[in-house]
Amino acid sequence: MEQASLNAKKLKVRYFDIDENPSEHYLNAEKGLKSWLLTVDHKRIGLMYLASVILFFFVGGVLAVVLRTELFTPTENLMNADTYNRIFTLHGAIMVFLFIIPSIPAALGNFLLPMMLGAKDVAFPRLNLASFYIYSVGAIFALISLAVNPIDTGWTFYTPYSIQTGSAVILITLGVFIMGFSSILTGMNFIVTIHKLRAPGLTWGKLPLFIWAMYATSIIQVLATPVLAITLGLLIMERFLGIGIFDPALGGDPVLYQHFFWFYSHPAVYIMIVPAFGVISEVISTFSRKTIFGYWAIAMSSLAIAFIGSLVWGHHMFVSGQSELSTVVFSFLTFFVGIPTGIKIFNWLATMYKGSIDMKTPMLYAMIFLFLFTIGGVTGIMLGAISVNVHLHDTYYVVAHFHYVMMGGTVMAFLAGIHFWWPKMTGKMYSEFWGRIAAVIIFIGFNVTFLPQFIMGSQGMPRRYFNYIEQFQSMHQLSTIGSYLLGIGFLIIGAYLLHSLFRGEKASSNPFGSRTLDWMTSSPPAHHNFNYTPVVYNGPYDFHKPIADFTIGIAGSDEHHGHGETVKADKAEA
Amino acid sequence: MAQASSINKSRVQHHFMNAEQQFSSSKLGMWLFLFTEIMFFGGLFVAYIIYRSWNPELFTMAATQLDTMLGAVNTVVLIGSSLTIALAIRSAQLNDTKKIFYYLLSTIALATVFLVIKYFEYTAKFDVGILPGAMYTFEGIDHPKANIFFSIYYMMTGLHGLHVLIGIGLMLWLLVRVKAGDYSSEYYTPVEMTGLYWHIVDIIWIFLFPLMYLID
Repeated sequence: MEQASLNAKKLKVRYFDIDENPSEHYLNAEKGLKSWLLTVDHKRIGLMYLASVILFFFVGGVLAVVLRTELFTPTENLMNADTYNRIFTLHGAIMVFLFIIPSIPAALGNFLLPMMLGAKDVAFPRLNLASFYIYSVGAIFALISLAVNPIDTGWTFYTPYSIQTGSAVILITLGVFIMGFSSILTGMNFIVTIHKLRAPGLTWGKLPLFIWAMYATSIIQVLATPVLAITLGLLIMERFLGIGIFDPALGGDPVLYQHFFWFYSHPAVYIMIVPAFGVISEVISTFSRKTIFGYWAIAMSSLAIAFIGSLVWGHHMFVSGQSELSTVVFSFLTFFVGIPTGIKIFNWLATMYKGSIDMKTPMLYAMIFLFLFTIGGVTGIMLGAISVNVHLHDTYYVVAHFHYVMMGGTVMAFLAGIHFWWPKMTGKMYSEFWGRIAAVIIFIGFNVTFLPQFIMGSQGMPRRYFNYIEQFQSMHQLSTIGSYLLGIGFLIIGAYLLHSLFRGEKASSNPFGSRTLDWMTSSPPAHHNFNYTPVVYNGPYDFHKPIADFTIGIAGSDEHHGHGETVKADKAEA
Repeated sequence: MAQASSINKSRVQHHFMNAEQQFSSSKLGMWLFLFTEIMFFGGLFVAYIIYRSWNPELFTMAATQLDTMLGAVNTVVLIGSSLTIALAIRSAQLNDTKKIFYYLLSTIALATVFLVIKYFEYTAKFDVGILPGAMYTFEGIDHPKANIFFSIYYMMTGLHGLHVLIGIGLMLWLLVRVKAGDYSSEYYTPVEMTGLYWHIVDIIWIFLFPLMYLID
């Protein structure tokens, strides 16, 4: 449609210089607390999400360090078993529902998606703000449950224990239920935005791979999250009315709960990791200064992961009493998800091959991602094998596996993304020196924390235990020391990022020489992203073309923009 | 799309190029929302399927306690209300503001009739002790899991009833805006979206009615 109208009207397309020293941008366009709380600007909403998820990452991280400290000795040294149960549950629930699910999609996604599409905002800006507030209300419910009677069921809320326990299950599940709607609305908003608000010339084949990843993620969010909502709704009714559907005491079936729960929660791990793939595609291509290898393979493998990933939930229940046939089928499908994931890894490697690789901080995190995520992925395949799974089920091996995937994968990509887009978001450069130091500390700390857990797990150390036999002590102590190292690494990141906010060097509009549309605007971007409607001729990874080809807009000002001061130089007319 | 041809500038938000883009975006968003509704109810339908495949005799026995006559009347009432809201959208396309108002009003009336009938069905069951799960005391069905059937029944029809209630709320809001003259053939997106929502509420009932009432 856009293309047709472009031809029909014979618009003159010109090259524009980007305003390198914007006096007016989205951060100062409106002032005051109210301009933030009531904003419909996707960039500000993205930043509010970013602040929230960082806050909850900090809370969840502190809980993790507390847990590791308790595990330093085989016996009780900080807290009793009951408190331990509550703290590991909170660590899991906060990290999963309050941090990692909204991390890349809602924070980076909100900030970047409309800019990468050359749009002024997402399709439904008010709904976007509403979804932030829905998330906040859910988070408040979760926090109230902390104050009332912290939950001790594990983040999965398995029945029948979650029906019997005296802790505040209703409050926290209600919180998660509410946050689910925030996730659904964000997903809907992104799908519609990608379909309807692409800039003229931005065909599906020219979408940045981050957009393809967000598209796949949004599909999972829209399709799977409602099932979690109904599951938790039924769990709440179970506690409230005693409906008995999941309660064996009343003739119900607890395994049905597990099916329902994992029908959402397994695809949810792809909500966590697929956006990370998108970030990695952008970072690797930019810092290798090469066109991405296998564009369509990477784009389509995101959708393949979304599709196959929705059919593998049963591998969480190999020992819960499901039929042998379904166990075999789920095991096979689990192996099958490894294929599109492997396709991505090999395409990234091929992109780097003979590229001129620049090991700036984001690229360093991308390398860490490749290393850690591959370990996490391959151990995941091992856990998908039935016989191995029976041996390793509910051991630290599983704990290590999902931390390698979620933290080694998603969190590392999130860090890569934060560093990569930090200049764009804030207009300031972070310290490259401290960035690299922190990355190395985190890489070492991470492996010291979680590699011993693979070994302990394979030797039979069960997860979620408050004490353990002495033979595991050295491994546990190593793991605890690693977690302190990790904590130090994150504190360093926090310190230099904060420092850069106030004292950082001013960033240029495109400090890393990327080719996607989000870099074709000033840093920080203008209030409505672009002061002219961008017209896209080049691909998102056309590193073989000079950067000067990339700032293109429709000549003349159309009434929606009204900031017509940026037309500085017309280099050529097409 | 009658409204696509003429562009109503005042209705177009700043980030859309024109009314057509805005309308088609809203419509795609609404269809995605309807998908989430299907997944939302889908969980309950799966619970129904599983318990029914395990206890087929329970479902035929328990269904006899449901009043097929009232269920059938409610089905007709809801299908009628789908017709009236479709006519309301039609009136909007034809720019007949008066008729939008009356068709919406009749849809609300039919929805209310549905809820009133549902209320009588529910209270009749509560009186004999047919309550969900743990509170179930009725002794007329000789099956240990009769309580689970009625848990599923109450959850499904209850969630559906909640959707009817939300639909009534949406239509009351539409009435206010119709009175204020907000809708015309140029712009009637909220009427159309509420119509889509109302159809999904209707369709879910069309599945609930045979699955619950007509299986004996």
